[in-house]
Amino acid sequence: MEDSFFQTMKLTFELAAITTLILLFIGIPLGYFLSQTKSKLKPVIETLVSMPLVLPPSVLGFYLLLAFSPKNSFGSWLDETFDLRLVFSFEGLVIASVIFSLPFMVHPIQSGFSSLSKSLKEASFILGKSKLETLWYVLLPNIKPSLLTGIVISFAHTVGEFGVVLMIGGNIVGETKVASIAIYDEVEALNYDLANQYAFTLFIISFAILLFVYITNKKMLRSGF
Amino acid sequence: MIKIEIQKPLYTADGIIDLKVNKEIKKGDFLTLFGKSGSGKTTLLRILAGLETPQSGKIVVDGETWFDSSKKINLTPQKRNVGFVFQDYALFPNMSVRKNLEFALKNKKDIKRVDEILEIMEIENLSNMKPELLSGGQKQRVALARTLMTNPKMLLLDEPLSALDTTMRLKLQDELSLIHKKFNITSILVSHDISEVFRLSNRVFKINLGEITQDGTPNEVFSNQNISGKFKIIGEILSIKKSDILYIVEVLTNNEIVKVTAVEDEIKNLKIGDKLLLSSKAFNPILMKI
Repeated sequence: MEDSFFQTMKLTFELAAITTLILLFIGIPLGYFLSQTKSKLKPVIETLVSMPLVLPPSVLGFYLLLAFSPKNSFGSWLDETFDLRLVFSFEGLVIASVIFSLPFMVHPIQSGFSSLSKSLKEASFILGKSKLETLWYVLLPNIKPSLLTGIVISFAHTVGEFGVVLMIGGNIVGETKVASIAIYDEVEALNYDLANQYAFTLFIISFAILLFVYITNKKMLRSGF
Repeated sequence: MIKIEIQKPLYTADGIIDLKVNKEIKKGDFLTLFGKSGSGKTTLLRILAGLETPQSGKIVVDGETWFDSSKKINLTPQKRNVGFVFQDYALFPNMSVRKNLEFALKNKKDIKRVDEILEIMEIENLSNMKPELLSGGQKQRVALARTLMTNPKMLLLDEPLSALDTTMRLKLQDELSLIHKKFNITSILVSHDISEVFRLSNRVFKINLGEITQDGTPNEVFSNQNISGKFKIIGEILSIKKSDILYIVEVLTNNEIVKVTAVEDEIKNLKIGDKLLLSSKAFNPILMKI
């Protein structure tokens, strides 16, 4: 019993950590692009990024399930070419979580970039610095609070995710069974004590994470980074 | 020598206007672009810096082509080596004053230059401070110092002093003038302050709706209208009091209250709070150095 609790918790946080890391790599370029672009496609991309905010997770899960299923062309192509099964697997969960938590990473980063004065970027260009140098040394350090918010909210959101995980991951111990699913499972089996153990742990950890963000952000703002 | 021959449509509050410039600027000149907001002054500056692209034309600086629409040449801002001082200073908030200057270095071996420039600009004591702790005047000095780090060919100043109070303005105007002489750097300033134009520049372009309507020394450009023995101030009426056969009108102008006499005819259409133009002919002002 204890073993499976720790296994499930470990899996939950592994999933959240990997998802957050991938999101950070996607979120910075995407957020930067959206904050700068004047393209007519911008509203379309923004809408796509924000869709997970309004869609029921089961909708997203359902379509991902269909897409990843080896019975369908995309799923079977993945299976044949990369030997990759995304349904009921950890890799599938990661991809679904990345899509599902995308707005929680992209929105703070985008608004962070938008809030910076255009002249910072221009001043750096005029001083002879490339776009990449400018991004790394000037822009990113000045949106640290936004980055932190994006990282933490994406992490916490992935930990708390239920619908998508259930649809696409199922309930395989050590592979796709995460804490939120475990709670549901234990309640169904009338193991209220164990359900409470999961629930309380999640509650405490989420509380601690958010508290950390608020305290750190306040400090950063006060000390001017 | 800078040759500019460019054209670009501008979208302004007055509709679409055409920014058209065809001029030459001598090396070492201190040029002011003077005109109302929305006339294209800042755009011209940004075009020179490479931050905006003209629709067509040519920019040649010391024989090097920076922009040529017919040959599809357009150097990036990184390659033009200009200094640009922004209205909002554009200091990097995450870096100290010293780091702001170091960041501008092309070659990390020239680190000595940081101390030299800090000394010239008299800001050594600020070197470890973050920009947000600096006053407006200090920020502007740091911004100016940072532009000097790269030994720019041209100094572009976009209303750099407009956010400062009068004392600070005068002080920084002197400093700008000194820097211009010391480094003999071709400077182009955007301003709508006539006294600034006189104090700093040897040449003025007066720009109206995208076109340069006048070009000359400050004296030539401003002589026929503003310095004609006719004295004009815009003000607001604070009070109107009757005194015997006359009226005393108190007018607020540039933070000072001026009392003027008026006859009944003049005040007929005036009431407290009205904006008015105060002017005087054949008037004998007293000049005093302050």
